[in-house]
Amino acid sequence: MEKKPENKKKIRPYRVPVGERAPEERVKDFREVPLGYTVSQAKDEAGRCLNCKNRPCKGGCPVGIDCGGFVAKVHEGDFLGAVKLVKEKNLLPAVTGRVCPQVEQCEGPCVIGKKGTSVGIGNLERFVADWEREHGIVLPAKALPTGMSAGVVGSGPSGLTVAADMIQLGHAVTIYEGLHEPGGVLVYGIPEFRLPKTIVAEQIASLTKLGVEIKVNQIIGRTLTVDDLLQIHDAVFIGVGAGAPIFMGIPGENLIGVYSANEFLTRSNLMRAYKFPEWDTPMRFAKKIAVIGGGNVAMDAARTALRLGATDVSIIYRRSREEMPSRPEEVRHGEEEGLRFDFLKAPTRIVGDADGRVVAIQFTDMRLTEPDASGRRRPVPIEGSEHRRDVDTVIVAIGQRPNPMIASSTPGLEVEKRGYLVVDEGTMATTRKGVYAGGDIVGWGASVIRAMGDGRRAAKAMHDYLTLTP
Amino acid sequence: MPEILLREVLSPQIVRLRIDAPVIAKKRRPGQFVILRVHEKGERIPLTIVDSDPDIGSITLIFQVVGKTTHMLSKLEKGDNILDLVGPLGKPTAIERFGTVVVVGGGIGAAVAYPIAKGMKQAGNRVITILGARNKNLLILEGELASVSDEIIVTTDDGSYKRRGMVTEPLRELLEKGKINEVLAIGPVPMMRTVSELTRNFNVRTQVSLNPIMVDGTGMCGACRVSIAGRIKFACVDGPEFDGHQVDFLDLQMRLTAYREEEKQSYEQYVKLQGST
Repeated sequence: MEKKPENKKKIRPYRVPVGERAPEERVKDFREVPLGYTVSQAKDEAGRCLNCKNRPCKGGCPVGIDCGGFVAKVHEGDFLGAVKLVKEKNLLPAVTGRVCPQVEQCEGPCVIGKKGTSVGIGNLERFVADWEREHGIVLPAKALPTGMSAGVVGSGPSGLTVAADMIQLGHAVTIYEGLHEPGGVLVYGIPEFRLPKTIVAEQIASLTKLGVEIKVNQIIGRTLTVDDLLQIHDAVFIGVGAGAPIFMGIPGENLIGVYSANEFLTRSNLMRAYKFPEWDTPMRFAKKIAVIGGGNVAMDAARTALRLGATDVSIIYRRSREEMPSRPEEVRHGEEEGLRFDFLKAPTRIVGDADGRVVAIQFTDMRLTEPDASGRRRPVPIEGSEHRRDVDTVIVAIGQRPNPMIASSTPGLEVEKRGYLVVDEGTMATTRKGVYAGGDIVGWGASVIRAMGDGRRAAKAMHDYLTLTP
Repeated sequence: MPEILLREVLSPQIVRLRIDAPVIAKKRRPGQFVILRVHEKGERIPLTIVDSDPDIGSITLIFQVVGKTTHMLSKLEKGDNILDLVGPLGKPTAIERFGTVVVVGGGIGAAVAYPIAKGMKQAGNRVITILGARNKNLLILEGELASVSDEIIVTTDDGSYKRRGMVTEPLRELLEKGKINEVLAIGPVPMMRTVSELTRNFNVRTQVSLNPIMVDGTGMCGACRVSIAGRIKFACVDGPEFDGHQVDFLDLQMRLTAYREEEKQSYEQYVKLQGST
């Protein structure tokens, strides 16, 4: 029987708050918002863990990090031990500690959360990852070379995970990235104030130090096909993301000043348009902005708009606050920074001036139906509730659909009816021999850690394929 | 980084570059383009691939200096490198044996017209090319186009060379004579619009090559969206060529003005900085 003296101590029901930059200060720049725990804060917070036997936190993690285990090590002050334990399952903790939807995953089932707030596992993961960054990233050991080679298409979360796992298993790895900078959504999508680009660059540098080769400006499906890659490599992983932004299909969507969130964020993050004209790519520095959608991407776009000098930014969402898919922390941060939230509204038309520039948006109010058989409440328009608001920019953040470029250029690669690649859930194998896929291109919903979980399973299956197949 | 193998000035503002890009040279088909960047803080711009030599492993680009990026590109010399070059992008031109094909190229659009005319000729079509420019100095690729055409008609708006007037006049005459199976028009938006309106009256299928503003060029951002038969299409992955009778040209023309002020500001500042050093 394990002794648990800690449990007898009175446990604080509420989380040690993490320091954050003041809203009025942080909204003026792109630097990171949360400051992260200090050593003593981290130890205190880790001390709240009940060290439960069945570790529901671990079960909630898509890559199976032993959360309770690393939290215990943080409490003991063994930070190196903690980071090693995390990295057994996740090589990008500095990224996931910042962007994971912890509330729905590790922190969700936390026992202490039933009475107070759950242990701040995300904050602690970030803490140990940052501690490692400050003390020098320890590169994992590599197995002896197998003589096999893997091609990885896309350098976002799933591709980086596959590359990390495969190189450690002794295979040669080449990543093919379509844009001019590696990192995928971590670079073009998630803004600096939520995930500093230096962190992404460090994580990628640690992969190249391990021997991963990264080729940028390679559009697979155009520059080279998957079949070309199969000539070069023994197995291929496709982690290209979903790709194509969805528009609403309402009048006025082509007016100047209507952006997809992808375009808005790509201009700002990847192309550094916020530094125009020092950097060449321009964007509209608008004052009054409507952001359509309720997910993390909508929140990222809205908070970026505030930092670009907009004075009036509202999130327009057709359901209510409870249904918002965004991380609650982002909603709270946005609220503190002055975002306005308009729930139960759906745009019906965007209005432009004679030059084709956005001047207003028209909405209708919505109400939610009673829960249907699946328990979901559908938004339906309330008749006669049309009204308009003056805005000069509209950002559409209602999701993406799969880019067909790879599927259409790869014979035998099956897609389901929406165009996502068909894969085996256990192995992430596609319908083409030696070709695996994961992340948003398989269409299981967007999150960095899920994509990494896919990558983890794919790498395991690829390794088996390369070493066990006679 | 891809190296410039050859640089030629075709007219005071128009430059031809031959670039070492073996993979693109092998893959590329008529109608496709590349996206490039010339410096670390640079924007991504699309340029049509004019020609390629798979044996040497080179591609040819032709561009007109219209802003900062094209200006910087025009200053690069043989032996210099292009920072980023990605392609081939876009769908290739639908090249078939149609019969008689008229290829209309206006201004710098001749650079896009050339690979299409060449492809059409190789596919066994009778190719009639109409090449137009504002004046003699802006006229490019006449010899190249003539070499892949059964007939070539050249117009200048001001009459400084060959026939005076717009490209639509000789096109109308050809259409009136009859038996034109396919028209391809590449050039300024008003020209493609006029050509499409004209051919609609004669019920001749017309493809146009659109040049909206792009960012990534891979279907990710939607900046290049165009309205085709009332539906949103992305020129970078669904195009760049579309049925001219279905294109909303006014929408395209409007969207092209989105950053006119910023483009001017960026260019002026660059020219000023150049002058002061």
